Amino acid sequence: MSSALADDTGRAAVTGEPILQVTDITVEYATKQGNVRAVDHVSFDLGRGEFVGIVGESGCGKSTLLFAIAQLLAPPAGLAGGNVVFKGVSMVGLTDSQLASVRWKDMSVVMQSAMNALNPVTSIGAQFKDAMRAHGVRSKTEIADRSAHMLRMVGIDPTHLRSYPHQLSGGMRQRAMIAMALLFTPDLVIMDEPTSALDVVAQRSLMVQIKELQAQLGFSVIFVTHDMSLVRHFSDRLMVMYAGQVAELGVTSQVFGSPLHPYTRGLMDAFPSIKGERVPLTGIPGHPPDLARIPDGCLFAPRCPKVMTECETTRPPLYLVDGTQVRCLLYADGSTR
Amino acid sequence: MASTELSAGLGPTITPSAGQPHAQSGAPPSRAREAATKTGQAFLRLFRTLRSNRKASAGFILLAFVCVLAAVPGLIAHDPPRAEIYGRSLGPSASHLFGTTVYGQDIFAQFIWGARETLIIAVVSGVLSTALSVVMGVAAAYLGGVWDGGLNLVTDTLLVIPSFPLLLIIAAYLPNSGVVVLIAILVITGYSYGARQLRAQALSLRGRDYLEAARVRGERSVYIIAVEIIPTMTPLIVATFLGTAVYNVLFAAGLQFIGFGNPASVSWGTMLYWAQNNEALSIGQYLWALMPGLGIAILGASFALLNYAFDEIGNPALRPVRRHRVKRPR
Amino acid sequence: MRYALRRLAFFVGTLWACVTLNFVLPRLMPGNPALALLAKFHGRIGGQALKALEIAFGVHTHESYLHQYIDYLRNTAEGNLGTSLSQLPTPVSQIISNALPWTLGLVGVTTVLAFVLGTGIGIIGAWRRGSWLDNVLPPVFVITSAIPFFWIGMLLIVAFSLHAPHLPSNGTFDSTIIPAFNWPFIVNLLQHALLPSAAILITSIGLWILTMRNNMVTVLSEDYIKMARAKGLPGRRIMFDYAARNAILPNLSGLAMSLGFVLGGSVLVEYVFNYPGLGFWLVQAVEGEDYPLMQALFLLITLAVLVAVLLADILTALLDPRTRTAR
Repeated sequence: MSSALADDTGRAAVTGEPILQVTDITVEYATKQGNVRAVDHVSFDLGRGEFVGIVGESGCGKSTLLFAIAQLLAPPAGLAGGNVVFKGVSMVGLTDSQLASVRWKDMSVVMQSAMNALNPVTSIGAQFKDAMRAHGVRSKTEIADRSAHMLRMVGIDPTHLRSYPHQLSGGMRQRAMIAMALLFTPDLVIMDEPTSALDVVAQRSLMVQIKELQAQLGFSVIFVTHDMSLVRHFSDRLMVMYAGQVAELGVTSQVFGSPLHPYTRGLMDAFPSIKGERVPLTGIPGHPPDLARIPDGCLFAPRCPKVMTECETTRPPLYLVDGTQVRCLLYADGSTR
Repeated sequence: MASTELSAGLGPTITPSAGQPHAQSGAPPSRAREAATKTGQAFLRLFRTLRSNRKASAGFILLAFVCVLAAVPGLIAHDPPRAEIYGRSLGPSASHLFGTTVYGQDIFAQFIWGARETLIIAVVSGVLSTALSVVMGVAAAYLGGVWDGGLNLVTDTLLVIPSFPLLLIIAAYLPNSGVVVLIAILVITGYSYGARQLRAQALSLRGRDYLEAARVRGERSVYIIAVEIIPTMTPLIVATFLGTAVYNVLFAAGLQFIGFGNPASVSWGTMLYWAQNNEALSIGQYLWALMPGLGIAILGASFALLNYAFDEIGNPALRPVRRHRVKRPR
Repeated sequence: MRYALRRLAFFVGTLWACVTLNFVLPRLMPGNPALALLAKFHGRIGGQALKALEIAFGVHTHESYLHQYIDYLRNTAEGNLGTSLSQLPTPVSQIISNALPWTLGLVGVTTVLAFVLGTGIGIIGAWRRGSWLDNVLPPVFVITSAIPFFWIGMLLIVAFSLHAPHLPSNGTFDSTIIPAFNWPFIVNLLQHALLPSAAILITSIGLWILTMRNNMVTVLSEDYIKMARAKGLPGRRIMFDYAARNAILPNLSGLAMSLGFVLGGSVLVEYVFNYPGLGFWLVQAVEGEDYPLMQALFLLITLAVLVAVLLADILTALLDPRTRTAR
């Protein structure tokens, strides 16, 4: 397939009606030096039951993007443009009370550190309870039953409903957070690096658990991480972000198998495969741009091994190559180099 | 292993942080000079940050006002403050801006001249109290063990015992003693809060790597404390001084109000003492009582504003938020 | 449990330190002030009171310091606090029991009021970050908290007592009214308490507003607040159950500590308003060299602060599950 400018809908390989349509989301931080753009015109669709991974360096805007989607931005961050349509309803611009009915019932959030994300002075059970009561579940038995059921689903003994967050181990806390996120079996769960605070073994078991729950309950997942290897095995599609922009977006196996963007390729080359042959590790020299002072042209140009003269003056748009979107001038005329 | 940071290829980022030793070129300067330079640099950094803060500027202006009064009172007030040569209990007039006392002294002159002793008491007791806090706090943190426990017990006990009643008790046994004793007891009762905070910070600094490096280099403990730890703690030390200064101003005034210190001297506190003793309010001489109180309030407020500005600088989340939001293009 | 025991031990230890201070100070001071005192009162007090004084100050005894100390400790523990020298022949304990209710009423009620009001305003100020309330609060209350208590008292007297509406500024109730449990008396009481409590309230409320607001601002930037929003919880619930409950914890121990500060300040407020509470008598005792009364009051005031500290500790343990399971 020839490369064409990816249309602004960025739909790629989504079966059926998408439950989430993110269009041109732009987030800026208001600072003394003016507005800093943390997320720049990001668009993608999400289908039912789909697992999309978002990867990128620290500071590339992936967490900010998540909060923008969940309408959880707080000053000085603000939505400067774009739209988020969830199950046919536009979410941008709604107040907290207008969003309340959708929150948690249809879309829930799992954060990075459960120790920070759970109220330290109330018990786990109490936090489950107030989520349920906020959404109209009043019966004590129903609350107790559902809480116990969800905890069992993630492999925690329901007696821990009476425990406080600091009394649980790190892995248990994360799983409790996930249980809380699934209380209403929402259609979409947004996860912001939920495994980063765990050791390797706990990480893997948590991921397996998430996939099992997904298979059982059928929710979609947006999963942000800096760990490529995690998303490789667990995600359907993969988005690579750089400096607030989408660098590459496509089916995971395709992105891993033949990375198009030089940045993606650099990331792949940076870590070894256990099974493959021994190759020397290469890194990506330099560091990401200062978002308060972005250069003209392609944001990755200063570090790109395949940089061309036009890269420094032209901002590359997103091109569509074999179903994968890529933001690189290498694909401007359809030929891959 | 399985998890790989995506910042592969990044070199270690070197961020200069306050207090970290910079590479020295040439022969190492003397220890004392090193300590002085580092502390000086820390002060300069502080000063620059304070300038941009509105509360700090307000505090500075008020403090400067009092300092001017204390420095050149003769230029502003032309009458001698203690001379009992004027008409008694006169109301405010052109020749006596604030009126006169029952003894025939010019109140305006007393107000202007009174700034000096009040300011001196506040600053000297503040500095001494802070010094004591530093010694007690850092020593406890650094010596550890039994010393730490012992010093802490003394400090914690003094912390809990209410200061003003304790001051009264001690002062009661020393009537007719002068300003020096006043300062001494202020320092003893007031150092404890600062000592606690400084100890906490010193403890957290103790474990840092660059201190280990200094120890391995063979530096003596005194060097480490003076050159490495204390300059880093400069912001907290200054904050401690400002905090103690507020309390010292209030407590000193309170003690003088009841008659301690030297009632014959001219300070805002002693003015209040004489005013109260002669029922200034009942006889209509409001200014005699209110003006020195206003002076004390101004001095106290200046330290308090500076102290609060410090808090804001240390914790950026507390700074005033201007509601400029990000605008969505229509 | 061990933590509670340690705190109790500290509590008792501090009390003991105060008693010891009372014992040691007069003996340390240059030119034993007790001797001068006894000379002054010689012939005016007799028998038991004199004996108690001698024990307390170690004069005319041939017993060792240790023996004196033990006697002194025993006397204090038994409540035998001696006779007031400035209010002969009234025993100290009587003066204290008369004064205590006034201070409890004035200082106690006002402090609680200041805490509740101040904390509430602080919460609202932090919640409405960036509003005019939030921007005006800090500077105003920073200034008010640095103003001497007694000066505010004087200002209030000039403003409201010497001019209309001529609120009373002296004592606890008019000398013309007979104390009785009826409405006119209670109104008179409240009228007399109005200005002094206003003085204390104005100066101490600033501390609560500021610390609560600062704590709230720090707490509001935590992840669990974001999580609470994500759960769709109503705003008020987030503010109280999630934010305020966490923000108030450091304040509680501060409350107890600042009680010492407020008690100190109220000493002068009672003095200015002639309100015969503990503080007023403390000043009288100090000025009149009435050592027994002075020492007893000092002990009592410290005891009050310690009780407050203990209560605050208990309250913190109740509200913060982390302190219960730690240690």
